[in-house]
Amino acid sequence: MSDAAALDAPRAAPTAETLLRVQNLSVHFPIHKGLLRRQVGAVQAVDEVSFDVLKGETLGLVGESGCGKSTTGRAILRLTPITQGRVILDGEDITHIEGETLRQRRRKMQMIFQDPQASLNPRMNVSGIISEPLVEHRSLSRKQMQERVYELMDAVGLRRSFANRYPHEFSGGQRQRIGIARALALDPGFIVCDEPIAALDVSIQAQVVNLLEELQQRLGLTYLFISHDLSMVRHMATRVAVMYLGRMVELAPREKLYSVPRHPYTQALLSAVPEPDPRREATRQRIILTGDVPSPANPPSGCRFRTRCPHAFDRCAVETPAFRKLSDGHFAACHLSE
Amino acid sequence: MTDQPIPAGGATPAGGPALVAAPAMPKHRSQWSDVWRQFASHRGALAGMAVFLFIILLCTLGAFIHDVDPQKLDIRAKNQLMSWEHPLGTDNLGRDMLAQIIAGGQVSLAVGVTAMLLSLLVGTLIGVLSGYFRRLDGPLMRFTDLFLALPLLPLLLVIIMLFRDMLRTAFGPESGIFILIVFVIGITSWMQTARIVRGDVLALKEREFVLAAKSIGTPSRRIILRHILPNVLSPIMVSATLGVANAIITESALSFLGLGFPSDFPTWGRLLYDGANFMTLTPDRVIWPGLAISLTVLSVNYIGDGLRDALDPRIRGR
Repeated sequence: MSDAAALDAPRAAPTAETLLRVQNLSVHFPIHKGLLRRQVGAVQAVDEVSFDVLKGETLGLVGESGCGKSTTGRAILRLTPITQGRVILDGEDITHIEGETLRQRRRKMQMIFQDPQASLNPRMNVSGIISEPLVEHRSLSRKQMQERVYELMDAVGLRRSFANRYPHEFSGGQRQRIGIARALALDPGFIVCDEPIAALDVSIQAQVVNLLEELQQRLGLTYLFISHDLSMVRHMATRVAVMYLGRMVELAPREKLYSVPRHPYTQALLSAVPEPDPRREATRQRIILTGDVPSPANPPSGCRFRTRCPHAFDRCAVETPAFRKLSDGHFAACHLSE
Repeated sequence: MTDQPIPAGGATPAGGPALVAAPAMPKHRSQWSDVWRQFASHRGALAGMAVFLFIILLCTLGAFIHDVDPQKLDIRAKNQLMSWEHPLGTDNLGRDMLAQIIAGGQVSLAVGVTAMLLSLLVGTLIGVLSGYFRRLDGPLMRFTDLFLALPLLPLLLVIIMLFRDMLRTAFGPESGIFILIVFVIGITSWMQTARIVRGDVLALKEREFVLAAKSIGTPSRRIILRHILPNVLSPIMVSATLGVANAIITESALSFLGLGFPSDFPTWGRLLYDGANFMTLTPDRVIWPGLAISLTVLSVNYIGDGLRDALDPRIRGR
């Protein structure tokens, strides 16, 4: 995608305020081989991804495993080196800031992790985990700190008496609440939720999702909600972006994406969602994709989806489809949808 | 444990005004009282601690109760068996064995513990740095390999030959040689610790809680102190307990070669080697210092085992 295409990148309607703008973001991991550890290639985990996130909205980011969803989230938070492109948060370019400036900006953006077991230090108690951001960024007295920790625990629905317990003493859902409380500690405006419910029981998923929604309403949070659960994204998201093999293939407001998906990959994904109504389920047409996902170290030429696309034709192998606007707020990268 | 539903009205907004009335909190559990409770429930650790304390008390206070000069020669009373006058008998020059073991214990324990601490410090530092900072990994691990490949005994001999006299004049004969021995043992035994710690750090730094700390903006120094070090405590504890034993034994080997402490200066290792020549005649001369070394090593091992469990909250809860 050229610079000209970047200008054509998805822009939000001018009325709503843009909180985060991602322009042509690429994250490539070099592959070193041989005796001299020479670089022989790169895993193109994220390639030329552009999108906006509006203040107060939830942008759902979906795609199958290994398509670069989590890497995108981590790159935005500057936890993974960015190969190319720009990340602009709240009008400030944070792509290249370092050191103390970056440390200060981290207060504005936080992350909720997938595996609540792995994201909490087993040697720290709940109060220690939740107060870590406060210790790093605020100078509070011991009493104020304690008070703030209790407030946060109330906000996520943890009993105050749990403050001295350790992560292993909690269930998955409670651990995720601890992770959410930690992310909220500094009043960030923007939170990347990296599959926050994927590791939880289905019965607990609903509780955590409701909690996230409630907190969003109360605190005016903006979420980048990464998930592979299409029905959960449909419930949560204002707009939905679909990724395949490191590229963004479609971005649309929720209802539009679920009712009229334009990209063949999105169509295939949505056809795989089971229907609760048995009569409609019986008539559901599944689009079965053949073959495997190609290696991101050696992606196909042209359109990356062409090797598995049921509608692929000659042009797909030659020309990379631009990520273009189809109708208001609906973007897709497919030659067929021109 | 079940998941708690969100209290409908009880939740206050984060960052909202102060709470109306804080419900009564259960008394703050002190972490160290938990640690002690777990440690005390480990029977081996308690026994180990008791034995180790006994050995320390014996070596420090014992000299006041059994106030015989360990250097006093009494050639007429040589090679005696246990008696009231000489509770552990005498050696071939008529020196009192108990007094020698007490005096030797002071040196051996001091050497063992200080050398262990030194090697632990160096090993942990190098292990953490090379595990955490990718750029340092290559050079530091090659440095470790270099030390592992060095033939230790010749190296020790050279170091001692070169620096013994210098340190003796600077710090006096006894503390000079003590510093030298501790330094030499510490500096040649940190490699195993460094490697084990590096391996653990490599695995730990990819864990999500370290990523979470980075996303909070915790600087590397505090990530290491707060998240990495407490989690590599177990392997460090194990190498520490093994290190004490190792240091005592290395010191004995050095003394045996005539390069450690002067020959009239008893240490457990020295007593053991001196006694080895008379094993057939007076086997108890080997048994007592050997027993002292074994008991120390064993008790320190058990203490380490108990401490490792007590410091791990996952085990502590059970």
